[in-house]
Amino acid sequence: MIAVMFFVVAALVLGGALGVVLSPNPVYSALFLVATLIGIAAFFLMENAQLLAAVQIIVYASAVVVLFLFVIMLLGVDRYEGLGDPRPLQRPVAVVVGIILVLEIALLAGHNWATGTKSQVGKLHGANIQSVARALFTTYLWPFEITAILFVAAVVGAVVLARRSGRGAPVESSSAEVGS
Amino acid sequence: MTITGNYYLIVALLLFTIGATGLLIRRNVLVMFMCIELMLNAVNLTFVTFAKMLDDVGGQVIVFFTLVVAAAEVAVGLAIIVAIFRRRRGATADDIDLLRG
Repeated sequence: MIAVMFFVVAALVLGGALGVVLSPNPVYSALFLVATLIGIAAFFLMENAQLLAAVQIIVYASAVVVLFLFVIMLLGVDRYEGLGDPRPLQRPVAVVVGIILVLEIALLAGHNWATGTKSQVGKLHGANIQSVARALFTTYLWPFEITAILFVAAVVGAVVLARRSGRGAPVESSSAEVGS
Repeated sequence: MTITGNYYLIVALLLFTIGATGLLIRRNVLVMFMCIELMLNAVNLTFVTFAKMLDDVGGQVIVFFTLVVAAAEVAVGLAIIVAIFRRRRGATADDIDLLRG
């Protein structure tokens, strides 16, 4: 049962990824991206990471993809991209590089590494959200606070970048939404 | 058959490679950005798989931070794309060559 589910979700994830890369229209790419992200969330559920599955769907599959679609709509780039390639050698070379990458990672993963002992201190005990929250607010409290600073910087940077250049120009309401 | 962690790692490997190859193939800046998201998700999947294999919650916490940083990256990256598109109407990465000598 789990095996069948695994292969169905794996097909969803990889098919969605191929759709992102191969579809000529950016809007279709964004929708294929949703399929991949929801498949990843299903993988998280199968691996007992319920909190991350929920966060994945809320943050990635909804917020980030909506942001992508917003920008596509705002810029009007949803026309079909010409499949003719101005640099003819690049695509074959890219595919060869991808194949080399697969072989390289598979080769590296085939070794037996020295690490790999089970954790003694950070065991996954109790409910998933409980153990993640305990680690997040004790061991990883300092990085957690730094991400808050990062978020403020990102929001300010997005607003500054998205407003019209030029002194005293009014900020468009639509471009302010992009940064939110 | 039982699904071990290695199956998840193989899916993550394929997902990462599709994302990396797509980043090299596509010329539309937005689609290149989506390919980066694919690669990030592949790495997240390996983190969660290792968290389960090694029975350590640290892997899941790292994925949490990755999600946060990815969200910030999307906000800033899309703002940069919007700023570039305002200046010139080109839709491909080849048109952005101001630094060319």
